[in-house]
Amino acid sequence: MFKKIMVPVDLAHLDVIEPSLKIVADQAKHYDAEVCYVGITAATPGSVARTPEEFTQKLEAFAQERAKVHGQPVSTHTIVSPDPIADLDNDLIEAIDKVGADLVVMPTHPPKHADVIMPSHGGKVATHTKASVFLVRPGASE
Amino acid sequence: MAKQPNDGKPKAPDNTGSEGIPAPEGPANLIDTDYVIGQDNITASPLGINVDLHGKVFLFSSLVILLFVIATLALQDQMEPIYNSVFSFLTTKLSWVFILGANVFVVLAIGLIFTPLAKVRIGGADATPDFGYLGWFAMLFAAGMGIGLMFYGVSEPLTHFGTAMSGTTMENGVRTDWAPLGAAAGDQAGAIDLSMAATIFHWGLHPWGAYAIVGLSLAIFAYNKGLPLTMRSIFYPILGERIWGWPGHVIDILAVFATLFGLTTSLGLGATQASAGLHYLFDVPDNNTTLILLIMGITVVALGSIMLGVDKGVQRLSQLNMLLALMLLVFVIAVGPTVMIAIGVFDNLLGYVQHLPALSMPFGREDANFSQGWTAFYWAWWIAWSPFVGMFIARVSRGRTVREFLISVLLVPSLASVVWMTAFGTTAIDQVVNQGITTVQDAALELQLFNMLEYLPLTQITSFIGIVLVIVFFVTSSDSGSLVIDSITAGGKVDAPKPQRIFWALIEGALAIALLLGGGLAALQTAALTTGLPFTLVLLVGCYGIVKGLMSEPRSN
Repeated sequence: MFKKIMVPVDLAHLDVIEPSLKIVADQAKHYDAEVCYVGITAATPGSVARTPEEFTQKLEAFAQERAKVHGQPVSTHTIVSPDPIADLDNDLIEAIDKVGADLVVMPTHPPKHADVIMPSHGGKVATHTKASVFLVRPGASE
Repeated sequence: MAKQPNDGKPKAPDNTGSEGIPAPEGPANLIDTDYVIGQDNITASPLGINVDLHGKVFLFSSLVILLFVIATLALQDQMEPIYNSVFSFLTTKLSWVFILGANVFVVLAIGLIFTPLAKVRIGGADATPDFGYLGWFAMLFAAGMGIGLMFYGVSEPLTHFGTAMSGTTMENGVRTDWAPLGAAAGDQAGAIDLSMAATIFHWGLHPWGAYAIVGLSLAIFAYNKGLPLTMRSIFYPILGERIWGWPGHVIDILAVFATLFGLTTSLGLGATQASAGLHYLFDVPDNNTTLILLIMGITVVALGSIMLGVDKGVQRLSQLNMLLALMLLVFVIAVGPTVMIAIGVFDNLLGYVQHLPALSMPFGREDANFSQGWTAFYWAWWIAWSPFVGMFIARVSRGRTVREFLISVLLVPSLASVVWMTAFGTTAIDQVVNQGITTVQDAALELQLFNMLEYLPLTQITSFIGIVLVIVFFVTSSDSGSLVIDSITAGGKVDAPKPQRIFWALIEGALAIALLLGGGLAALQTAALTTGLPFTLVLLVGCYGIVKGLMSEPRSN
């Protein structure tokens, strides 16, 4: 049913995405789908990597780690943005088409009042793409 | 001493380690440090708001500034004389530091163009530019000058022209006039020449020299050396690993102060001019209430722009700005004294070159009022701006060689300043000299632009565009300034959570309001001068760091 699952990952905060990664593994096996891990970075040195190339290497290494866990084929896609925080939503929405994903799995926080001015990334992505989106609430996989 | 693991010969960083740090792009000389960007940061979610901050830099700078705002607002009467005395002390006693420092930056920036170091490429030998030339220049120019061009485009040439025409006056052996150099009493052509040369001097090579040095250093140490994009990184060749401790914190805190106060000076000028313009055009009362409402309104727009980010917020507004500014410029050239402006561009450039040595002389100046009140203030202001503009320039300059970078950052914006100042200045001077209009000259500084436009066609439209330009420049300064300060106070991270940017934008607005109420423009200018001074010293030391840094880089062909 789903052929390619896109999974946005924040290499700096792996603990946050841990629950959704388990779900991704299950889904990928269930649908026998390829998993594409997508990361976003600035061109300037950051906490994860000092250059975009280094970031890509780390993302690739991360994807290979995950492949060992779920055994499905993996790929990666690095987005370089001058302002990763502000551009995240739109960059992810563009990436969905670019990598040709038909399912997006990403963690999100429960709805809160601040969403009015700062909508959640997952919510924003879900309302702007044709692909199916699976938003994972904290604690979902426990 | 400084930890320099790649002694002498450049090497591509090896990929064998478990972390595998690859070369930026092609050979470069990454600094081998164990420091991880953001390692000293505090991450928390107070009240459900995520923050990711460099604890010491953020806390120290934000607390001092909050205290400053509160003190200035609560003790208005006590603070104003303090500002005035600090201002006069700094400008009379220490103006030579600014003037000499700015000369060093220009000489170093020009000198580097002709050395083999200019072959180093920002971002590694094989890096390619992220932006085209046109977009690049537009962003440089908008970031570097902005509101100042609107405020001083008409008023500065006109003021110098007036003082130069009046000649020199002496009182007790001290010059009391404000004319540049030896003035040009009664000599109209000489006064025009001198006033334009002095104006271009303030908007030409010197500000861009400071920006170029800061921008280049930040770019090299971030993109080629892999250090975080904050001021402290420039000091790695001097301080080594100690930049991660208090020496580095102090440098970053100074950078935050300089940026904030440089920014609020511009915001103060912008608010004053926008308010004066609104009064002039729509009879809106020109008082503190209007100023405060303007600053608050503009801060709200800036917040919106910050939420949208660099690409959709800052960049789009900058483009709108450049378009409007270009329209206004073309309009003034077309309906103003076109031939006089065209000839003026070349005459003024020549005059600038001729007067440059005398104008930039730090010692033994006879024209104390001019060199202290104008030049030293400008230099302090530009230097206070330099972390902001420099960081911005650094972020968009990856892939350029040092030579390309220096030529573009020094010459192109300087030439654009010449054209802008010539167009607006010549038109205003022409009104005074050839049309006998004196209202422009007699008006307050912030009104002179609108007065000048009144004698050109389509006054209502152009004045309105003028006000819009001031306001939009104001917004772009505020939002991009918040991004820069946020990045410094987040230990060089550009992906820190959004609420921090919002905090800084609000602080800038509050600071501009506090300083305007608590002491008017003098307070703002004093603040810029006071933070500009230590930062000048920091930058002078940084000059050594950049040369060291460049020398350890491989050069592309």
